Amino acid sequence: MAGHALQEDIIVCRDVNKWYGDFHALKNVSLAVKRQEVVVIIGPSGSGKSTFIRTINRLEEHQSGDITVDGIPLTRDVRNIEAIRMETGMVFQQFNLFPHLTVLENITLAPIHVRKRKKQEAQAHAMELLERVQIPEQAQKYPGQLSGGQQQRVAIARALAMKPQIMLFDEPTSALDPEMIREVLEVMEGLALEGMTMVVVTHEMGFARGVADRIVFMDSGEIVEIGTPDTFYSNPQHDRTKLFLQQILQ
Amino acid sequence: MTTELQSGTWVNSKPPAPAQKPPRSEVGVLGWLRANLFSSVANSILSLLTLLFVYYVVSGLAGWLLTAYWEPVWANRKIFAVGPYPIDQVWQPAVVLLVVSLLFGVSAGRWGSIMRNLAIGLGALLGVLALVPLGMQAQLLMAGALALIVVGYLAGLKMPLRSSWLVWAWVLSLPFTFIMLKGGVEMPAIGLVWSFAPFVDSALFGGLMVTMLLAVVGIAMSFPLGVLLALGRRSSLPVIKGFCVGYIELIRGVPLITLLFMGATMLPLFLPDNWGNPSALIRVMVAITLFSAAYLAENVRGGLQAIPKGQYEAADAVGLSGFDKLRFIILPQALTKVIPAIVGQFIGLFKDTSLASLVGLLELVGIGKAVIQQPEWLGTPGGVAREVYLFIAVVFFIFSFGMSTASRQLEKQLNVDKR
Repeated sequence: MAGHALQEDIIVCRDVNKWYGDFHALKNVSLAVKRQEVVVIIGPSGSGKSTFIRTINRLEEHQSGDITVDGIPLTRDVRNIEAIRMETGMVFQQFNLFPHLTVLENITLAPIHVRKRKKQEAQAHAMELLERVQIPEQAQKYPGQLSGGQQQRVAIARALAMKPQIMLFDEPTSALDPEMIREVLEVMEGLALEGMTMVVVTHEMGFARGVADRIVFMDSGEIVEIGTPDTFYSNPQHDRTKLFLQQILQ
Repeated sequence: MTTELQSGTWVNSKPPAPAQKPPRSEVGVLGWLRANLFSSVANSILSLLTLLFVYYVVSGLAGWLLTAYWEPVWANRKIFAVGPYPIDQVWQPAVVLLVVSLLFGVSAGRWGSIMRNLAIGLGALLGVLALVPLGMQAQLLMAGALALIVVGYLAGLKMPLRSSWLVWAWVLSLPFTFIMLKGGVEMPAIGLVWSFAPFVDSALFGGLMVTMLLAVVGIAMSFPLGVLLALGRRSSLPVIKGFCVGYIELIRGVPLITLLFMGATMLPLFLPDNWGNPSALIRVMVAITLFSAAYLAENVRGGLQAIPKGQYEAADAVGLSGFDKLRFIILPQALTKVIPAIVGQFIGLFKDTSLASLVGLLELVGIGKAVIQQPEWLGTPGGVAREVYLFIAVVFFIFSFGMSTASRQLEKQLNVDKR
């Protein structure tokens, strides 16, 4: 999947800074993601990787720096924020499905009320997406009746239902039992193969190695190193990267 | 049979153990009595004393019930139903009862589940009343209302009625009720005066009719107001938040009865001059609504706080607007969580309507007090207060019990099939 040199940048973050009170959570983070690129962000806990991915669709507000998504500048303007959110799907560590709605209603809610699609049309599309994540038979169930892996696949289908340009994954497999991680990663690999632009925060080194175009290593709120999977693992440059890789790969 | 205490590794090589009977003394009535009431000397003495106490209470109550004098309640059944409402215009509240019965029936057919059970409860009550020899007209009315529930139910089942129309019918039933009871519209302040029958002064409304009116209006008005206050209390705008916190704490710091008295004296200060002084009924409705809304807001706030942050984030991430987020994601979950608290609040409101008798409203308790004073019963030994108040208590109990049963069902239905 390498070689997107000709593609334009779809996400541009320049000198993004964020503070929680006095705590400097993001320090001059700058990163550009090209259309159809898969970028995996890794780093120790508390390194700011989740915070960073959540600033891209304004679940967290940054205090300085510029973020542009698909040509739309991320400002305080609600219209811009909503436009960006329509272009970016997000998958959470805790799934965050709507527990009072069926799987089908979870997926069709936003297309019907945000994209103003007809109900039948939205349901047909939702069923296609459920086929794709291989759980069409669960359409009428409630999230609480599904396993974690199934819930996360519904969450992916829900995000895809808005036909986003970009998918953000915030530790999508961290809350799953080990035997369910595979089924979620397979869906994500399929998405990457189809050319979806993806930014993924994860601890799954196998996924990072096999699917990512670039790997970003963050530590204490800043980007320490960016590399391609081959060079990143075999020949890390920075001491902090080396230390981190040593700790997780032994 | 004993099992050896095992340490180390071990495999159970015996055949599966057969089930055995529990120890003898715990079974049967005698076993239960011995285990629970007479297990020791002290316990036995306590049990005997309690039995004696229960005997005195029950026999005293039963003795009184057998000789109780129900004539005051029976003779005043019309007054208990609608108060001093003009007798030749009683058809107006009767029409309201018929229309509401029809609405219950249609809703039961269209929506089923809890509405069906409420309609069954109402129908059963009407059926019983139709059999009691209240008088030809009253019995026909009850039977007619029961028939309309059935007709409405069948219609609701068969007809492809839009849910939203039915909701609107319920909303409109409130102003309809007022116009019906009043005999028309009397709002000279906005130049609207129209009538189909002689106007009935709302001071002549009374009895169960007013109790119901106060409760329904209080519930219907305080619910949206309470939800708004709860949302306002969590607002990020300091002015809105401050106003809501101030309002909620102020109202919660004052007893309802003071609000009722204040409503009588202070409400006119807030209204335009040419509106005049609103009737006692309206003032009490306003006071009850404002009071209930503050408590409701706190209940709803509890539900809102129980919604995890992830739900807001997920709704944001799929691009839902703030209003849609509230409408589809946050409020449905928050309100389901606090149904028991909200219904408890409504039952409280229903019973609190009796305080309105203290500001001169002739709702059930007000009527009761008037009945007790009637000259006919002055010679009755012991007075008639016991019978009258017991009757009123039973009426309150029937409706409160109905509400709490409905709430338990609603809760089950909204929660059980989802997990």
